[in-house]
Order: sequence, then structure tokens, then C-alpha cells
Amino acid sequence: MKGIGVSPGIAIGRACVIKNNKAEVTGVLLKDEAEIAAHIHQFDNAVSLSVNEIEATKQNTDIVLHEEDIAILDTQIEFISDPQLRDDVVEKITTDKKNVNDALIATIANMVQLFQEMDDEYIKTRAADIQDIGNRILKHLTKSTPGFTQEFKPGTIIIAEDIAPSDTITMDTRNVAGFATQVGSKTSHTAIIAKAKGIPAVVGCGDNLATIKDNDIVILDGATGLVFINPEHQLIEEYTSKKDTYTSNSDKLKQLKDVRSVTTDGIEIKLLANISSADDLEDVFNNGGEGVGLLRTELLFMDRDSFPTEDEQFEFYKKVALQSKGKPVIVRTIDIGGDKQLPYFGLPAEQNPFLGYRAIRICLDRTDIFITQLKAILRASIFGDLKIMLPMISNIQEVREAKSIITQAKQKLLQANVTFNAAIEVGIMIEIPSAAITADILAKEVDFFSIGTNDLCQYTLAVDRMNAKISHLYDPFNPGVLRLINYVIQQAHQHNIHVAMCGEMASDPLATLLLIGMGLTEFSMSATAIPAIKDILINNDTIKAKDIYNKVMAIDNSDSIIQFLQENTV
Amino acid sequence: MITKEYTITSAQGIHARPATTLIRLTKSYKSTISIKKNNKTVRLNSILNILSMAIKGGETISILIEGDDEIIAADALDHFFNEELKAL
Repeated sequence: MKGIGVSPGIAIGRACVIKNNKAEVTGVLLKDEAEIAAHIHQFDNAVSLSVNEIEATKQNTDIVLHEEDIAILDTQIEFISDPQLRDDVVEKITTDKKNVNDALIATIANMVQLFQEMDDEYIKTRAADIQDIGNRILKHLTKSTPGFTQEFKPGTIIIAEDIAPSDTITMDTRNVAGFATQVGSKTSHTAIIAKAKGIPAVVGCGDNLATIKDNDIVILDGATGLVFINPEHQLIEEYTSKKDTYTSNSDKLKQLKDVRSVTTDGIEIKLLANISSADDLEDVFNNGGEGVGLLRTELLFMDRDSFPTEDEQFEFYKKVALQSKGKPVIVRTIDIGGDKQLPYFGLPAEQNPFLGYRAIRICLDRTDIFITQLKAILRASIFGDLKIMLPMISNIQEVREAKSIITQAKQKLLQANVTFNAAIEVGIMIEIPSAAITADILAKEVDFFSIGTNDLCQYTLAVDRMNAKISHLYDPFNPGVLRLINYVIQQAHQHNIHVAMCGEMASDPLATLLLIGMGLTEFSMSATAIPAIKDILINNDTIKAKDIYNKVMAIDNSDSIIQFLQENTV
Repeated sequence: MITKEYTITSAQGIHARPATTLIRLTKSYKSTISIKKNNKTVRLNSILNILSMAIKGGETISILIEGDDEIIAADALDHFFNEELKAL
């Protein structure tokens, strides 16, 4: 069986099936004003009892409540004491003469339907909250058993049609190994709570889930959404070992996620991520990333039949900006070329695509394409801390030309009365040796550098990194490459501009201390590499890093450098 | 009466959590405070009404404030929409 995996992790245990009791309409009509007044009073009374119940949950010291839990409980209080809800119920009692039970059921049913019909995924899922608060108030009207107080055996997997927000919070989850529900989506409460508590969960499994009986053995995989009922011994063994691997990895991640990224002598090191779309951001923050050091924009241009319009691009950048929690996002402008072909943009095959018509060279030639992208980035810049980064810069004329095109893009937006961040920072990739060597000149024209070690290495060493025959020559620890990197960092510091590294080397644990020793304080890498690098820097100080740097710079060949680093850093 | 326009800066828009914070904020003022999107206006005291407007990230809304303490209420709302909302 397959559902939607909403909270990663593997659970193996015995099922406990939970059924919801449905409230029934009685059809009894009210006779006089006195009854009407009494029923309105009953409703108000049930509302305050419900609110008190939630307040009591908040005060209960036996249940560990996270900040998110408290936020959800506060939201429930607002739902329960909503003036619109009361108006509707009172209206049904006074005008339709419905009894309070029926009036509430009808009101809730109307609101649930209203929310379900909305053209918005998030709001649709909130219909479950409304049903839940309706049930809670009803419970206090009929004075039936309150709360969810069942105790579970260790390793219980909860199977239900859906789990109400109030239940996921008041439920004693210490013995709960996992959740599987018939309905639900990524934004339903079961998902949010399960994630916050780190309990594997699969939602939206459909009606098949109803075939599970109490005490059936269940395996669920909260990442893939797979659910197995009474599996064979072999499968249990396979998943037990998967579970162990997952636990040990995630423990390490969790420990590091909220640890500040500083060396033991207090120097802050920014760990940023390289991403390709807004979807990657969740992973970035889960791994403790503090922003985006490189947003590749190629994804926008590939797998399609024509160039994306300004609006399409705007939506892409805006989505990233909105989801970046106010952290910096460095957007690299188009980096296509002979090796990254676009079917709708007929770039001729070239003898040396890496030395050819690509990236900024295309942009400065086809300014129409470039301006469209720049306008889209600028428009999105009011939604977050976006910066512009130009790739493949080899001389200062290119920087000046690109900056004048950025000015043109800004003027076009000004004329059209569109708002944007006029002070948006503009930086460049340092990936061509001439740019590295003239870092002193370039630093005067830009707000930041980002060292792209992959290309810098292949251009400096004249090694095609796609050619397997010479791959042994592709070596970022070559003293020539290290000297270039060091020079770029020193020049950035001298001219007071930011410098980061976004190439592979930034995620190489062997290079971390060496780079910190050079003075690098911003590293950008794939999100999953962040914890390992953080682990190194938080356990070392800059004095050791400086010492490593001094010694490495005195070694004349990369084999010895690598050997030295292996002995001294890991 | 004070009327102010804001662009919603949180990715998910005005979902349950910011709506809750907003309602609690407005409750602390005597002024009547409403939110307007397109041609629909609702009081800022009902989470059901606020959510039913489905306000998304990037959209523009207006806030209408009327009452004795409208100036300080406007200040607090300014802070909410410009600062707090991003983190919710």
C-alpha cells in the first residue's frame, strides 16, 4: 500500500486502530424564547469549557509542548471562540428554531463545505480543523468522555481515518512509533505534528487502510510513503536495518542543526547552500543552512520549448525569495553554454565548449535574454534578500557592461512603476584565472566574490574535468590553485567585500580548515554536506586553521599537501 | 480612519498561525480593525473569515483601522506586517 510520506523515518510495530464517533442530528425544534435563550447559553457554556480544556492542556506539565504545539492550540482557541461561528449558530437557533446540537452540526457542515470548495490547498486542509473544533464543542454539549487519554503499548502504530489536531497534541505519543491515515496531505495536522515530534507518518493511504486490524504487524516508511501489513520475516529484517541507519544519521543531523556555526575561538562561519529551486530550501534549513550561496537558474531554462517569460521567471525567483525566511539568496544569472544545450536556443556545437560562447558571454551578446532575467530577479527582490551573481567573468569590461545592463533593467522597471530593491548587491563568480589574478581590480567594482572552484581548477590546470584520462590532474590542492584562491580571499578582505566559495571544494572536509586559515568565512555547498563541514569547524579554532594554512602554503606538491591535510584535519 | 496597504511577505500567506497572532494583536486595541482584499472586507476578529479570504504570499491587502487608539494600533500592525510576519 502506498500513501504520502510526510514525516521521514521507518516504523515497525503493531497496529492500533482508532475510530471516530460521529455526532447525529436530532431534528428536535425549540418551542419558545426561554428555550432559545437556554440553548444559546448552552452553546456559550460549551465554548468556554472547550477553551478551558485547551488552556488546561497548555498548562499541563506532563505533556511536552513545542512552540508549534502551542501555536496550534492557540489557533484552536481562536477557532472555537470565533465570533462568526457564534453568529451562525445563534442565527440557526433563533431563526430556524434548531436545538443547539443541530445548529452547531449544521454550521460546522456549512463551514467545512465552504473551506473544502476553496481553490487553495492550504485552506482546503483547514476544513479538518473546523470539523475538529465542531466535535470538541459538541463533546461539551453532550458531556461525553473528554480528551484522548488512551495509553499505548511501546511500538504502537496508530491507524485512523484521520487524526484530529486536538488528538495529535493531547495524545501520549511516547509509545507511538508511527502514524498512518486514510486521508490527509502534506499540510494536514497529522503531518505537521508527526514531523515536529519526529514520528514517521504516512497520510492519504486511502480506503485500503481500513483492512488493518488491531495488533497487525505494520511497517511504514515515512519517506517513501510505503505501508506493509503483516510483512514477511525477510522484509522486517530489511527494514530493521534501514531503520537503524536512518536513526544514527538523523541523530547526528539533529544534534548539529541548531548548533551555531562558530569555531571554538568564536569566529562565525556562514554555511550556505547551493540550490536549483524553491523546493530545495526545506532541506537547506533542515540541515542548518543559513541561506543560499548559489541559486542555479538553469532549471528554469531546461526541459522546455522556448525561453521562459519574464513573469514565469519572476514566479520562480519570488517563490525562492518568499521561502528563504529573510536569509540571503545569491542568484546566478544564466550559465548555459556549449555543454548545457537548450533545444530552442540553437547554440552551434563548439570545439571547446568550456572555452566558448557561454554564460555571461551569451548574456552580453543577447541582451534581450539577459534583461528579461534581470527584470524578473529585480521584481522578486522585494520578497527576500536576493543578490545577483554573474558567472564566467574574465575581465572588468564585462563587469561594467553587465552592470550597465542591470541599470537599464532597473530603469525599465522604474518607468513601469514597478517596485524593486534598488540597492540589490551585484557580485561575480571567480572561476577564470584572469579574474582571480585581477581580484584587486575587480573588487573595486562589485559587492562580493564567489569562488567557483570547479571551473577555476580546470581552467588553471588546463584539465577538462569531463575527460577521464586526465582526471588525476584535476586537483584543487594543486599549489597553483591554492595560491589563486588565497589571493582572491586576501583581496576581498582588503577591499572590504564579501567572499564565499560555492564549488565542490567548499564541501570537502579536507579543505575546510585550510580555507578558514586563508580567512574564508562563507561556504556554500549542497545542503546535505553542511552538517559534516559544521562538525569540523565547531571542533577547531582559527589558530589551528592558520597554522595548517601556513604549513600547506610551504609544501611544494599536492600529494604531500593532501597527505598533510589528512593527517592534520580529519 | 487609517488605511494602509501591505504586501504579504510570508511564503504561505496568512495561514492559521499568523491569523491567530493577528487576531490577538487587534484584540488589544479598542479600534475596529478590518482587512480588505480585492472587494472583500472582514473584521480582524474572526479566524474563519480571515482564512476564507485565502491570502497568499506576495498578495497585497489593505488594513482599515478606526477608533480612539487607531494611531498606536496602526503602529503595531505596521510592525506585524513588516517584521513579524516573515518569521511566522
